[in-house]
Amino acid sequence: MRQFKENIYKSLFAILAFASLFFLVGIVIVLFKEAIPVLGGTGIADFIFGKSWYPTYSPPEFGVLPLILASFWVTAGAMVVCVPLGLGSALYLHEIAGNRQKAILKPVIELLAGIPSIVFGFFGMVIVAPFLQNALNLSTGLTAFTASLILGIMAIPTIASLAEDALSYVPQSFKEASYALGANRWQTLTRVVIPAAGSGISTAIILGMSRAVGETMTVLMVAGGAAVIPVTFFEPVRPMTSTIAAEMGEAVSGSPHYAALFAIGLILFLITLVFNIVAEIISRRYRLKLGLSR
Amino acid sequence: MLENTVQMATIFSRRNSLRSRIMQNVGFTLLFLSILITVIFLGSIIYFIGINGIGVMSWEFLTAAPRKAMTAGGVGPAIVGTFYLTIGAILFSLPLGLACAIYLSEYSPRSIAVNIIRLSINNLAGVPSVVFGLFGLFVFVDYFHFGVSILSGSLTLGILILPGIISSSQEAIIAIPQSLREASLALGATQWQTIRKTVLPAALPGILTGVILSIGRAAGETAPILFTAATFYSRGYPTSVFSETMVLPYHIYALMTEGTHPEKQTAIAYGCALTLLILVLLISALAIIIRQRQRNKML
Repeated sequence: MRQFKENIYKSLFAILAFASLFFLVGIVIVLFKEAIPVLGGTGIADFIFGKSWYPTYSPPEFGVLPLILASFWVTAGAMVVCVPLGLGSALYLHEIAGNRQKAILKPVIELLAGIPSIVFGFFGMVIVAPFLQNALNLSTGLTAFTASLILGIMAIPTIASLAEDALSYVPQSFKEASYALGANRWQTLTRVVIPAAGSGISTAIILGMSRAVGETMTVLMVAGGAAVIPVTFFEPVRPMTSTIAAEMGEAVSGSPHYAALFAIGLILFLITLVFNIVAEIISRRYRLKLGLSR
Repeated sequence: MLENTVQMATIFSRRNSLRSRIMQNVGFTLLFLSILITVIFLGSIIYFIGINGIGVMSWEFLTAAPRKAMTAGGVGPAIVGTFYLTIGAILFSLPLGLACAIYLSEYSPRSIAVNIIRLSINNLAGVPSVVFGLFGLFVFVDYFHFGVSILSGSLTLGILILPGIISSSQEAIIAIPQSLREASLALGATQWQTIRKTVLPAALPGILTGVILSIGRAAGETAPILFTAATFYSRGYPTSVFSETMVLPYHIYALMTEGTHPEKQTAIAYGCALTLLILVLLISALAIIIRQRQRNKML
């Protein structure tokens, strides 16, 4: 009887444990099912490489190349901001900050990681965009540059804390060996610690990138929203996430426009999936290399 | 290997001259600058929103409903809506996430199934929030006919925070020393009794930290509720789980992009942003404090 009850609990937990898998598969099915009409109608190649996105014209045109390029531009720009600052902060915390500084700075950075994206978007819209418009003499402050800057600032805490974790896994003996060879702290840091933590750091960067690609509210508010192929950083763009968020409200359920927005969601999902899998593979190898289990 | 080591040692000693010391100073200065810039950037966000938002803060702002086409009155319904959605999300994802964490850390045989579950948790955590919104729109709003409602929004947000709840609970449970479990089993308790009476109470602070952090995340998310729960204006407070609701983060967005009085609306948006910021920062600070105390206790 007792054993029977135990088995019931065990099976119950086992079933519930599959919830995440269930939802993940559910998301894939929903995205595919809803996206297929537009992929069938427009053709996958025309959809992905089509240069014009005019969903409300008649006949409508669904070419998502401008949106995909916008996402990549903005993400690349964000990386230029957050990789040096995030890694620099992580290295500072790891190598230079004393225990007292660390005890304050680490929670502060963690706290900042929790600021909602809508607050960043709002800040970008009311403070940064007007400032950049004046300072750089642009026709509008809502540009790919502004979006990159804000997204980059947003991603700093994520990259900093993940990279700091990776640095802290490097065994102390590596450092001691390097000091024993007569290297100073900077040489040890750049030639021993950073290479040893390399894959952990790259995981941090990839996860930061994945977040930046999928970020919605910030780019919706500050990227400007023009669905054209970007030429310079100082003009409005319309990344994939903000297209979905801005247009889903008007798209009629079951219409080609609705299907096209789900197809964009599918592309977005696949991009972040690839990022996450790559990060997973790298971090697994890294743990093996440093002799950490799991 | 040895040759290599000797070579490195020679290089280091030869270079450990003035030049390498200058390099070190320059490098350390750059690192200091990067954390300084980071703190300044993020601090300035809090500063600007603080000084501009404090002006509209009042008891009326926090509790009253909006008046005169969003140009006066307060954001009470939006705060209440945020509260409902967050509670709903936790009610959905905590039991599910906890069960999953218990299975993975207490029962899990090292099998392919467990690896698949782990992989799917990691990948679910990386799905963009707007994609959760699409999923919620299709499944809850349309397929189950819940409509744009608190229920649909809560479920969507619940799935969004599920991976976070699972991994933080799992970490908390794994941190419990094996000896506690063995002592309980040695006294004749079954595995379920051990989990319920020994492991879970000991892991509670850790689980709580994860839950609180997830509350903070759910309260600030906007994209998943755009098409599943949020509305710009409702006359009063939501009356059932099937009514749509005003929500703080969405309200900020709507004030900035809709309506006809941008000047007055921006002032109210500042107030909303400050309210949300304080709410989320307090929630995260609470979680960090609980964890810190727990760590000190364990050391």
